[in-house]
Amino acid sequence: MSGSVGRIHALVLRHIYIWRSSVMRLVDTIYWPAVQMVMWGFMTQYLLPQASFVAQAGGILLSGLLLWEVVVRGNLSLSIAFLEEMWSRNLGHLFVSPIRSWEMATGIIIAALLRTLLGLIPVSLMAWAFFGFSIYSLGLPLLAFFAILQMFSWSIGLAMSGLIMRVGQSAETFAWAAVFILMPISGVYYPISVLPHWLQVLSYGLPTSYVFEGMRAILLQHTVHWHLLGLAFALSVAYLVAGFQIFLWFFRASRRAGSLLSQGE
Amino acid sequence: MLAVPSIDVRHLRKVYGEVVAVDDLTFAVQHGAVLGLLGGNGAGKTTTISMLLGLLEPTAGEIHVLGIDMRRQRYAALPRMNFSSPYVDLPHRLTVRQNLLFYGRLYGVKQLRRRIDEIAELMQVAAFLDRQTGKLSAGQKTRVALAKALINKPDVLLLDEPTASLDPDTADWVRTYLKDYQAQTQATILLASHNMSEVERLCDDVILLQSGRVFDRGSPRELIERFGREDMEQVFLDMARGRGRGLEALRRNEAAK
Repeated sequence: MSGSVGRIHALVLRHIYIWRSSVMRLVDTIYWPAVQMVMWGFMTQYLLPQASFVAQAGGILLSGLLLWEVVVRGNLSLSIAFLEEMWSRNLGHLFVSPIRSWEMATGIIIAALLRTLLGLIPVSLMAWAFFGFSIYSLGLPLLAFFAILQMFSWSIGLAMSGLIMRVGQSAETFAWAAVFILMPISGVYYPISVLPHWLQVLSYGLPTSYVFEGMRAILLQHTVHWHLLGLAFALSVAYLVAGFQIFLWFFRASRRAGSLLSQGE
Repeated sequence: MLAVPSIDVRHLRKVYGEVVAVDDLTFAVQHGAVLGLLGGNGAGKTTTISMLLGLLEPTAGEIHVLGIDMRRQRYAALPRMNFSSPYVDLPHRLTVRQNLLFYGRLYGVKQLRRRIDEIAELMQVAAFLDRQTGKLSAGQKTRVALAKALINKPDVLLLDEPTASLDPDTADWVRTYLKDYQAQTQATILLASHNMSEVERLCDDVILLQSGRVFDRGSPRELIERFGREDMEQVFLDMARGRGRGLEALRRNEAAK
Protein backbone atom coordinates (compact mmCIF):
# COMPACT_ATOMS: atom_id res chain seq x y z
CA MET A 1 0.00 0.00 0.00
CA SER A 2 2.88 2.39 0.79
CA GLY A 3 4.08 1.82 -2.77
CA SER A 4 0.67 2.89 -4.03
CA VAL A 5 0.74 6.05 -1.92
CA GLY A 6 4.22 6.87 -3.26
CA ARG A 7 3.13 6.42 -6.87
CA ILE A 8 -0.07 8.48 -6.42
CA HIS A 9 2.01 11.16 -4.68
CA ALA A 10 4.46 11.13 -7.61
CA LEU A 11 1.66 11.65 -10.11
CA VAL A 12 0.13 14.54 -8.15
CA LEU A 13 3.56 16.18 -7.79
CA ARG A 14 4.10 15.81 -11.54
CA HIS A 15 1.03 18.03 -12.12
CA ILE A 16 2.09 20.52 -9.48
CA TYR A 17 5.45 20.83 -11.29
CA ILE A 18 3.57 21.79 -14.45
CA TRP A 19 1.44 24.40 -12.71
CA ARG A 20 4.55 25.89 -11.14
CA SER A 21 6.20 26.16 -14.53
CA SER A 22 3.20 27.71 -16.28
CA VAL A 23 1.40 30.62 -14.64
CA MET A 24 -0.83 30.92 -17.71
CA ARG A 25 -2.37 27.52 -16.97
CA LEU A 26 -3.42 28.71 -13.53
CA VAL A 27 -4.74 31.98 -14.94
CA ASP A 28 -6.78 29.96 -17.44
CA THR A 29 -8.25 27.97 -14.55
CA ILE A 30 -9.60 31.13 -12.94
CA TYR A 31 -10.35 33.21 -16.05
CA TRP A 32 -13.53 31.60 -17.44
CA PRO A 33 -15.33 31.07 -14.11
CA ALA A 34 -14.46 34.67 -13.22
CA VAL A 35 -15.89 36.03 -16.49
CA GLN A 36 -19.09 34.01 -16.03
CA MET A 37 -19.42 35.07 -12.42
CA VAL A 38 -19.07 38.77 -13.28
CA MET A 39 -21.65 38.48 -16.07
CA TRP A 40 -24.22 36.66 -13.93
CA GLY A 41 -23.44 38.95 -11.01
CA PHE A 42 -24.46 42.00 -13.03
CA MET A 43 -27.45 40.12 -14.44
CA THR A 44 -28.60 39.39 -10.89
CA GLN A 45 -28.19 43.04 -9.91
CA TYR A 46 -30.24 44.06 -12.94
CA LEU A 47 -33.04 41.60 -12.14
CA LEU A 48 -33.18 42.20 -8.39
CA PRO A 49 -35.47 45.25 -8.41
CA GLN A 50 -37.63 43.84 -11.22
CA ALA A 51 -38.37 40.24 -10.35
CA SER A 52 -39.88 39.18 -7.05
CA PHE A 53 -38.58 35.62 -7.50
CA VAL A 54 -34.97 36.76 -7.73
CA ALA A 55 -35.55 39.33 -5.00
CA GLN A 56 -36.48 36.49 -2.67
CA ALA A 57 -33.16 34.83 -3.23
CA GLY A 58 -30.72 37.04 -5.09
CA GLY A 59 -28.05 34.38 -4.91
CA ILE A 60 -29.91 31.77 -6.94
CA LEU A 61 -28.31 32.56 -10.29
CA LEU A 62 -24.83 33.01 -8.86
CA SER A 63 -25.16 29.84 -6.76
CA GLY A 64 -26.28 27.93 -9.85
CA LEU A 65 -23.38 29.33 -11.81
CA LEU A 66 -20.75 28.58 -9.18
CA LEU A 67 -22.05 25.06 -8.54
CA TRP A 68 -22.25 24.32 -12.26
CA GLU A 69 -18.66 25.51 -12.56
CA VAL A 70 -17.76 22.80 -10.03
CA VAL A 71 -18.98 20.25 -12.61
CA VAL A 72 -17.35 21.97 -15.60
CA ARG A 73 -14.02 22.61 -13.86
CA GLY A 74 -13.96 19.11 -12.35
CA ASN A 75 -14.42 17.50 -15.74
CA LEU A 76 -11.98 19.84 -17.47
CA SER A 77 -9.34 19.48 -14.77
CA LEU A 78 -9.48 15.70 -14.90
CA SER A 79 -9.46 15.58 -18.69
CA ILE A 80 -6.53 18.01 -18.87
CA ALA A 81 -4.60 16.04 -16.26
CA PHE A 82 -4.94 12.97 -18.46
CA LEU A 83 -4.42 14.81 -21.74
CA GLU A 84 -1.15 16.24 -20.38
CA GLU A 85 0.23 12.71 -20.65
CA MET A 86 -1.01 12.35 -24.22
CA TRP A 87 0.12 15.79 -25.35
CA SER A 88 3.62 15.00 -24.13
CA ARG A 89 3.59 11.47 -25.66
CA ASN A 90 4.26 10.11 -22.20
CA LEU A 91 1.55 7.44 -21.96
CA GLY A 92 3.95 4.68 -23.03
CA HIS A 93 6.39 5.44 -20.21
CA LEU A 94 3.57 5.73 -17.72
CA PHE A 95 1.81 2.50 -18.61
CA VAL A 96 5.01 0.42 -18.43
CA SER A 97 5.96 1.86 -15.05
CA PRO A 98 4.68 0.07 -11.94
CA ILE A 99 1.73 2.47 -11.54
CA ARG A 100 -1.60 0.65 -11.66
CA SER A 101 -4.74 1.93 -13.37
CA TRP A 102 -6.55 2.73 -10.12
CA GLU A 103 -3.48 4.53 -8.78
CA MET A 104 -3.30 6.57 -11.98
CA ALA A 105 -7.02 7.42 -11.75
CA THR A 106 -6.63 8.40 -8.08
CA GLY A 107 -3.59 10.59 -8.80
CA ILE A 108 -5.35 12.32 -11.66
CA ILE A 109 -8.49 12.84 -9.54
CA ILE A 110 -6.47 14.44 -6.73
CA ALA A 111 -4.66 16.69 -9.23
CA ALA A 112 -8.02 17.61 -10.77
CA LEU A 113 -9.50 18.39 -7.35
CA LEU A 114 -6.60 20.70 -6.49
CA ARG A 115 -6.92 22.44 -9.84
CA THR A 116 -10.67 22.90 -9.41
CA LEU A 117 -10.18 24.39 -5.94
CA LEU A 118 -7.42 26.67 -7.25
CA GLY A 119 -9.84 27.97 -9.85
CA LEU A 120 -13.07 28.21 -7.88
CA ILE A 121 -12.02 29.44 -4.43
CA PRO A 122 -10.67 32.76 -5.81
CA VAL A 123 -13.81 33.18 -7.94
CA SER A 124 -16.11 32.52 -4.98
CA LEU A 125 -14.20 35.18 -3.01
CA MET A 126 -14.56 37.58 -5.96
CA ALA A 127 -18.35 37.02 -5.93
CA TRP A 128 -18.37 37.99 -2.26
CA ALA A 129 -16.13 41.03 -2.81
CA PHE A 130 -17.90 42.42 -5.92
CA PHE A 131 -21.53 41.42 -5.42
CA GLY A 132 -21.77 40.76 -1.71
CA PHE A 133 -22.76 37.16 -2.39
CA SER A 134 -21.18 34.31 -0.44
CA ILE A 135 -21.67 30.77 -1.73
CA TYR A 136 -20.52 29.68 1.73
CA SER A 137 -23.87 30.93 3.09
CA LEU A 138 -25.27 27.61 1.85
CA GLY A 139 -23.59 26.18 4.93
CA LEU A 140 -22.83 22.51 5.52
CA PRO A 141 -24.83 21.27 2.48
CA LEU A 142 -22.31 23.10 0.29
CA LEU A 143 -19.75 20.43 1.19
CA ALA A 144 -22.21 17.72 0.15
CA PHE A 145 -23.03 19.60 -3.08
CA PHE A 146 -19.34 19.96 -3.86
CA ALA A 147 -18.56 16.29 -3.20
CA ILE A 148 -21.51 15.09 -5.31
CA LEU A 149 -20.74 17.39 -8.24
CA GLN A 150 -17.02 16.62 -8.18
CA MET A 151 -17.53 12.86 -8.22
CA PHE A 152 -20.02 13.17 -11.06
CA SER A 153 -17.66 15.38 -13.09
CA TRP A 154 -14.78 12.95 -12.52
CA SER A 155 -16.92 10.08 -13.79
CA ILE A 156 -17.48 11.94 -17.07
CA GLY A 157 -13.81 12.96 -17.21
CA LEU A 158 -12.64 9.37 -16.73
CA ALA A 159 -14.98 8.05 -19.41
CA MET A 160 -13.92 10.79 -21.86
CA SER A 161 -10.21 10.23 -21.09
CA GLY A 162 -10.69 6.56 -21.88
CA LEU A 163 -12.40 7.43 -25.15
CA ILE A 164 -9.55 9.77 -26.15
CA MET A 165 -6.97 7.13 -25.19
CA ARG A 166 -8.70 4.67 -27.50
CA VAL A 167 -9.59 6.77 -30.54
CA GLY A 168 -6.99 9.54 -30.25
CA GLN A 169 -7.04 13.25 -29.83
CA SER A 170 -9.70 13.71 -32.50
CA ALA A 171 -12.13 12.91 -29.67
CA GLU A 172 -10.78 15.75 -27.54
CA THR A 173 -13.81 17.96 -28.25
CA PHE A 174 -15.96 15.44 -26.37
CA ALA A 175 -13.85 15.97 -23.27
CA TRP A 176 -14.72 19.66 -23.24
CA ALA A 177 -18.33 19.37 -24.41
CA ALA A 178 -19.65 16.25 -22.67
CA VAL A 179 -20.93 17.90 -19.49
CA PHE A 180 -22.74 20.68 -21.36
CA ILE A 181 -25.13 18.14 -22.87
CA LEU A 182 -26.34 17.51 -19.33
CA MET A 183 -26.72 21.16 -18.36
CA PRO A 184 -30.26 21.70 -19.74
CA ILE A 185 -31.65 18.71 -17.83
CA SER A 186 -29.75 19.37 -14.60
CA GLY A 187 -31.94 22.31 -13.58
CA VAL A 188 -29.00 24.66 -13.06
CA TYR A 189 -31.01 27.89 -13.40
CA TYR A 190 -34.62 26.62 -13.34
CA PRO A 191 -36.60 23.93 -11.52
CA ILE A 192 -36.78 20.44 -12.98
CA SER A 193 -40.60 20.77 -12.99
CA VAL A 194 -40.45 23.02 -16.08
CA LEU A 195 -39.06 20.13 -18.15
CA PRO A 196 -41.37 17.78 -20.10
CA HIS A 197 -42.19 14.67 -18.10
CA TRP A 198 -39.93 12.32 -20.08
CA LEU A 199 -36.99 14.69 -19.59
CA GLN A 200 -37.74 14.89 -15.88
CA VAL A 201 -37.32 11.11 -15.71
CA LEU A 202 -33.89 11.45 -17.32
CA SER A 203 -33.07 14.40 -15.13
CA TYR A 204 -33.65 12.50 -11.90
CA GLY A 205 -31.16 9.94 -13.07
CA LEU A 206 -28.48 12.59 -12.68
CA PRO A 207 -27.03 13.58 -9.30
CA THR A 208 -26.67 17.17 -10.52
CA SER A 209 -30.47 17.64 -10.59
CA TYR A 210 -30.78 16.87 -6.87
CA VAL A 211 -28.01 19.33 -6.07
CA PHE A 212 -29.56 22.26 -7.94
CA GLU A 213 -33.04 21.47 -6.60
CA GLY A 214 -31.48 21.21 -3.16
CA MET A 215 -29.74 24.55 -3.61
CA ARG A 216 -33.03 26.25 -4.48
CA ALA A 217 -34.74 24.58 -1.53
CA ILE A 218 -32.14 26.08 0.81
CA LEU A 219 -32.23 29.57 -0.71
CA LEU A 220 -36.01 29.83 -1.21
CA GLN A 221 -37.48 27.64 1.55
CA HIS A 222 -34.51 27.43 3.94
CA THR A 223 -34.90 23.64 3.93
CA VAL A 224 -32.27 20.95 3.45
CA HIS A 225 -33.51 17.71 1.90
CA TRP A 226 -30.82 15.44 3.30
CA HIS A 227 -32.44 12.24 2.05
CA LEU A 228 -32.31 13.58 -1.54
CA LEU A 229 -28.69 14.58 -1.06
CA GLY A 230 -28.00 11.08 0.21
CA LEU A 231 -29.58 9.67 -2.94
CA ALA A 232 -27.53 12.06 -5.10
CA PHE A 233 -24.36 11.02 -3.26
CA ALA A 234 -25.10 7.34 -3.91
CA LEU A 235 -25.79 8.12 -7.57
CA SER A 236 -22.47 9.99 -7.85
CA VAL A 237 -20.56 7.06 -6.36
CA ALA A 238 -22.28 4.74 -8.87
CA TYR A 239 -21.39 7.07 -11.75
CA LEU A 240 -17.78 7.30 -10.54
CA VAL A 241 -17.45 3.51 -10.41
CA ALA A 242 -19.01 3.29 -13.87
CA GLY A 243 -16.67 6.03 -15.18
CA PHE A 244 -13.63 4.14 -13.90
CA GLN A 245 -14.90 0.89 -15.42
CA ILE A 246 -15.37 2.63 -18.77
CA PHE A 247 -11.82 4.01 -18.50
CA LEU A 248 -10.52 0.48 -17.82
CA TRP A 249 -12.55 -0.92 -20.70
CA PHE A 250 -11.03 1.62 -23.10
CA PHE A 251 -7.57 0.91 -21.63
CA ARG A 252 -7.93 -2.80 -22.37
CA ALA A 253 -9.26 -2.00 -25.85
CA SER A 254 -6.24 0.29 -26.43
CA ARG A 255 -3.88 -2.49 -25.36
CA ARG A 256 -5.48 -4.81 -27.88
CA ALA A 257 -5.41 -2.22 -30.66
CA GLY A 258 -1.90 -0.98 -29.92
CA SER A 259 -2.89 2.66 -29.60
CA LEU A 260 -1.03 3.35 -26.34
CA LEU A 261 2.33 3.78 -28.02
CA SER A 262 1.17 5.97 -30.87
CA GLN A 263 -0.67 8.75 -29.05
CA GLY A 264 0.60 12.27 -28.88
CA GLU A 265 0.80 15.66 -30.50
CA MET B 1 22.13 -16.34 -11.29
CA LEU B 2 18.53 -17.05 -12.21
CA ALA B 3 17.68 -20.63 -13.16
CA VAL B 4 15.06 -19.43 -15.66
CA PRO B 5 15.74 -17.15 -18.62
CA SER B 6 15.28 -13.44 -17.93
CA ILE B 7 13.01 -13.22 -20.95
CA ASP B 8 11.10 -16.24 -22.18
CA VAL B 9 8.75 -15.79 -25.14
CA ARG B 10 6.76 -18.66 -26.62
CA HIS B 11 4.65 -18.75 -29.77
CA LEU B 12 3.96 -15.04 -29.58
CA ARG B 13 1.49 -13.76 -32.14
CA LYS B 14 -0.15 -10.41 -32.80
CA VAL B 15 -2.81 -9.87 -35.43
CA TYR B 16 -4.46 -6.57 -36.36
CA GLY B 17 -7.51 -7.42 -38.43
CA GLU B 18 -6.02 -9.33 -41.35
CA VAL B 19 -2.46 -8.10 -40.78
CA VAL B 20 -0.15 -10.48 -38.92
CA ALA B 21 2.38 -8.20 -37.18
CA VAL B 22 4.17 -10.95 -35.20
CA ASP B 23 3.82 -14.61 -36.03
CA ASP B 24 4.81 -17.54 -33.79
CA LEU B 25 7.81 -15.82 -32.25
CA THR B 26 9.71 -17.95 -29.74
CA PHE B 27 12.96 -16.97 -28.05
CA ALA B 28 14.67 -16.80 -24.68
CA VAL B 29 17.25 -14.39 -23.32
CA GLN B 30 19.46 -15.67 -20.55
CA HIS B 31 20.37 -13.60 -17.52
CA GLY B 32 23.04 -11.05 -18.38
CA ALA B 33 22.80 -11.51 -22.14
CA VAL B 34 22.13 -8.91 -24.82
CA LEU B 35 19.71 -9.93 -27.56
CA GLY B 36 19.27 -7.87 -30.70
CA LEU B 37 16.02 -7.77 -32.65
CA LEU B 38 16.96 -6.82 -36.16
CA GLY B 39 14.65 -6.09 -39.01
CA GLY B 40 13.40 -3.44 -41.38
CA ASN B 41 10.46 -1.12 -40.83
CA GLY B 42 7.34 -3.12 -40.01
CA ALA B 43 9.30 -6.28 -39.19
CA GLY B 44 7.67 -6.51 -35.75
CA LYS B 45 10.43 -5.21 -33.47
CA THR B 46 8.45 -2.46 -31.72
CA THR B 47 5.36 -4.69 -31.60
CA THR B 48 7.38 -7.39 -29.84
CA ILE B 49 8.83 -4.95 -27.31
CA SER B 50 5.38 -3.46 -26.69
CA MET B 51 4.00 -6.92 -25.94
CA LEU B 52 6.91 -7.69 -23.61
CA LEU B 53 6.14 -4.52 -21.66
CA GLY B 54 2.39 -5.09 -21.58
CA LEU B 55 1.60 -2.03 -23.72
CA LEU B 56 0.10 -4.34 -26.28
CA GLU B 57 -2.07 -7.41 -25.69
CA PRO B 58 -0.78 -10.42 -27.65
CA THR B 59 -3.29 -12.32 -29.77
CA ALA B 60 -1.66 -15.56 -28.60
CA GLY B 61 1.46 -16.84 -26.89
CA GLU B 62 3.22 -16.62 -23.55
CA ILE B 63 5.63 -14.06 -22.15
CA HIS B 64 7.62 -14.57 -18.96
CA VAL B 65 10.02 -11.93 -17.70
CA LEU B 66 12.20 -12.82 -14.70
CA GLY B 67 10.06 -15.92 -14.36
CA ILE B 68 6.86 -13.85 -14.06
CA ASP B 69 3.89 -14.33 -16.38
CA MET B 70 3.50 -10.90 -17.98
CA ARG B 71 -0.06 -11.51 -19.10
CA ARG B 72 -1.22 -12.18 -15.54
CA GLN B 73 1.24 -10.58 -13.12
CA ARG B 74 3.00 -7.82 -15.02
CA TYR B 75 3.02 -5.48 -12.01
CA ALA B 76 5.30 -7.92 -10.18
CA ALA B 77 7.91 -7.63 -12.93
CA LEU B 78 7.58 -3.97 -13.99
CA PRO B 79 9.53 -2.46 -11.03
CA ARG B 80 12.56 -4.52 -12.18
CA MET B 81 12.23 -3.51 -15.83
CA ASN B 82 12.56 -0.30 -17.77
CA PHE B 83 12.64 0.88 -21.35
CA SER B 84 13.49 3.61 -23.77
CA SER B 85 11.96 4.31 -27.16
CA PRO B 86 12.05 7.16 -29.66
CA TYR B 87 8.28 6.74 -30.02
CA VAL B 88 7.67 7.84 -26.44
CA ASP B 89 8.72 11.12 -24.86
CA LEU B 90 9.14 12.39 -21.35
CA PRO B 91 6.86 15.29 -20.32
CA HIS B 92 8.22 18.32 -22.18
CA ARG B 93 7.37 20.94 -19.61
CA LEU B 94 9.03 19.21 -16.71
CA THR B 95 12.70 19.80 -16.08
CA VAL B 96 15.07 16.88 -16.41
CA ARG B 97 15.34 16.66 -12.62
CA GLN B 98 11.54 16.69 -12.21
CA ASN B 99 11.20 13.91 -14.78
CA LEU B 100 13.79 11.80 -12.99
CA LEU B 101 12.12 12.51 -9.63
CA PHE B 102 8.75 11.55 -11.10
CA TYR B 103 9.89 8.26 -12.58
CA GLY B 104 12.19 7.49 -9.66
CA ARG B 105 9.17 7.76 -7.34
CA LEU B 106 7.01 5.62 -9.65
CA TYR B 107 9.69 2.92 -9.59
CA GLY B 108 10.13 3.23 -5.82
CA VAL B 109 13.84 4.09 -6.04
CA LYS B 110 15.48 4.41 -2.61
CA GLN B 111 17.65 7.46 -1.86
CA LEU B 112 16.31 8.98 -5.02
CA ARG B 113 18.11 12.33 -4.98
CA ARG B 114 21.46 10.61 -4.57
CA ARG B 115 20.56 8.23 -7.40
CA ILE B 116 19.60 11.18 -9.64
CA ASP B 117 22.95 12.89 -8.96
CA GLU B 118 24.70 9.60 -9.71
CA ILE B 119 22.84 8.87 -12.96
CA ALA B 120 23.08 12.50 -14.06
CA GLU B 121 26.84 12.30 -13.72
CA LEU B 122 27.04 8.97 -15.53
CA MET B 123 24.78 10.03 -18.41
CA GLN B 124 26.34 13.50 -18.59
CA VAL B 125 23.06 15.30 -18.04
CA ALA B 126 24.06 17.10 -14.82
CA ALA B 127 24.63 20.39 -16.66
CA PHE B 128 21.01 20.63 -17.76
CA LEU B 129 19.18 18.95 -14.89
CA ASP B 130 17.13 22.09 -14.29
CA ARG B 131 16.26 22.81 -17.92
CA GLN B 132 12.88 21.90 -19.43
CA THR B 133 13.13 18.54 -21.18
CA GLY B 134 11.30 19.84 -24.26
CA LYS B 135 14.00 22.44 -24.85
CA LEU B 136 16.89 19.98 -25.10
CA SER B 137 18.61 18.84 -28.29
CA ALA B 138 17.88 15.35 -29.68
CA GLY B 139 21.14 13.99 -28.26
CA GLN B 140 20.47 15.47 -24.84
CA LYS B 141 16.92 14.07 -24.85
CA THR B 142 18.25 10.62 -25.68
CA ARG B 143 20.68 10.77 -22.76
CA VAL B 144 17.83 11.88 -20.48
CA ALA B 145 15.62 9.05 -21.77
CA LEU B 146 18.41 6.59 -20.99
CA ALA B 147 18.86 8.13 -17.54
CA LYS B 148 15.14 7.54 -16.97
CA ALA B 149 15.49 3.97 -18.29
CA LEU B 150 18.30 3.28 -15.83
CA ILE B 151 16.93 5.17 -12.83
CA ASN B 152 15.76 1.96 -11.11
CA LYS B 153 18.86 -0.08 -12.07
CA PRO B 154 16.65 -2.49 -14.04
CA ASP B 155 17.39 -6.20 -14.26
CA VAL B 156 15.77 -6.21 -17.69
CA LEU B 157 16.23 -3.28 -20.04
CA LEU B 158 14.29 -2.98 -23.29
CA LEU B 159 15.71 -0.51 -25.77
CA ASP B 160 13.89 0.37 -28.96
CA GLU B 161 16.29 2.06 -31.39
CA PRO B 162 18.27 3.76 -28.62
CA THR B 163 20.50 5.69 -31.00
CA ALA B 164 17.91 6.69 -33.62
CA SER B 165 18.38 10.27 -34.85
CA LEU B 166 21.64 10.74 -32.97
CA ASP B 167 24.84 12.06 -34.48
CA PRO B 168 27.63 9.44 -34.78
CA ASP B 169 29.55 10.82 -31.82
CA THR B 170 26.57 10.73 -29.42
CA ALA B 171 25.48 7.35 -30.78
CA ASP B 172 28.96 5.95 -30.14
CA TRP B 173 28.92 7.38 -26.63
CA VAL B 174 25.55 5.71 -25.93
CA ARG B 175 26.76 2.33 -27.20
CA THR B 176 29.91 2.53 -25.10
CA TYR B 177 27.87 3.41 -22.04
CA LEU B 178 25.40 0.55 -22.59
CA LYS B 179 28.25 -1.92 -23.03
CA ASP B 180 29.87 -0.76 -19.79
CA TYR B 181 26.55 -0.74 -17.92
CA GLN B 182 25.75 -4.25 -19.02
CA ALA B 183 29.21 -5.51 -18.05
CA GLN B 184 28.98 -3.92 -14.61
CA THR B 185 25.41 -4.87 -13.70
CA GLN B 186 24.87 -8.08 -15.65
CA ALA B 187 21.51 -6.64 -16.72
CA THR B 188 19.62 -8.45 -19.47
CA ILE B 189 19.14 -6.21 -22.48
CA LEU B 190 16.82 -6.59 -25.43
CA LEU B 191 17.74 -4.18 -28.16
CA ALA B 192 15.70 -3.42 -31.28
CA SER B 193 17.67 -1.59 -33.90
CA HIS B 194 18.15 -0.74 -37.55
CA ASN B 195 21.79 -0.05 -36.90
CA MET B 196 23.99 -3.00 -37.84
CA SER B 197 27.22 -1.81 -36.27
CA GLU B 198 25.32 -1.23 -33.03
CA VAL B 199 23.97 -4.76 -33.09
CA GLU B 200 27.39 -6.20 -33.93
CA ARG B 201 29.01 -4.29 -31.13
CA LEU B 202 26.46 -4.84 -28.35
CA CYS B 203 24.63 -8.10 -28.95
CA ASP B 204 25.56 -11.63 -27.91
CA ASP B 205 22.73 -13.02 -29.97
CA VAL B 206 20.59 -11.65 -32.79
CA ILE B 207 17.14 -12.51 -34.12
CA LEU B 208 16.55 -11.43 -37.71
CA LEU B 209 12.89 -10.55 -38.08
CA GLN B 210 11.05 -10.26 -41.35
CA SER B 211 7.30 -9.68 -41.64
CA GLY B 212 6.85 -10.64 -38.01
CA ARG B 213 8.59 -14.02 -38.31
CA VAL B 214 12.04 -15.23 -37.29
CA PHE B 215 14.13 -15.16 -40.46
CA ASP B 216 17.33 -16.39 -38.84
CA ARG B 217 19.12 -16.23 -35.51
CA GLY B 218 22.57 -16.59 -34.01
CA SER B 219 25.45 -14.52 -32.73
CA PRO B 220 26.58 -11.72 -35.07
CA ARG B 221 29.69 -13.75 -35.94
CA GLU B 222 27.64 -16.88 -36.67
CA LEU B 223 25.23 -14.97 -38.88
CA ILE B 224 28.04 -13.26 -40.79
CA GLU B 225 29.73 -16.64 -41.37
CA ARG B 226 26.49 -18.40 -42.28
CA PHE B 227 25.57 -15.74 -44.81
CA GLY B 228 29.14 -15.69 -46.12
CA ARG B 229 29.40 -11.95 -45.62
CA GLU B 230 31.77 -9.50 -43.99
CA ASP B 231 29.47 -7.68 -41.63
CA MET B 232 25.90 -7.50 -40.34
CA GLU B 233 25.00 -4.76 -42.77
CA GLN B 234 25.50 -7.17 -45.68
CA VAL B 235 23.60 -9.87 -43.80
CA PHE B 236 20.72 -7.47 -43.33
CA LEU B 237 20.72 -6.52 -47.01
CA ASP B 238 20.67 -10.20 -48.00
CA MET B 239 17.62 -10.68 -45.83
CA ALA B 240 15.91 -7.49 -47.00
CA ARG B 241 16.57 -8.12 -50.69
CA GLY B 242 16.18 -11.91 -50.63
CA ARG B 243 19.56 -12.69 -52.16
CA GLY B 244 22.31 -15.28 -51.48
CA ARG B 245 21.88 -17.03 -48.18
CA GLY B 246 18.99 -14.65 -47.54
CA LEU B 247 17.13 -16.16 -50.48
CA GLU B 248 17.68 -19.69 -49.18
CA ALA B 249 16.37 -18.75 -45.77
CA LEU B 250 13.45 -16.96 -47.35
CA ARG B 251 12.49 -20.06 -49.35
CA ARG B 252 12.84 -22.24 -46.28
CA ASN B 253 10.61 -19.91 -44.27
CA GLU B 254 8.03 -19.79 -47.04
CA ALA B 255 8.00 -23.60 -47.18
CA ALA B 256 7.55 -23.74 -43.39
CA LYS B 257 4.49 -21.44 -43.66
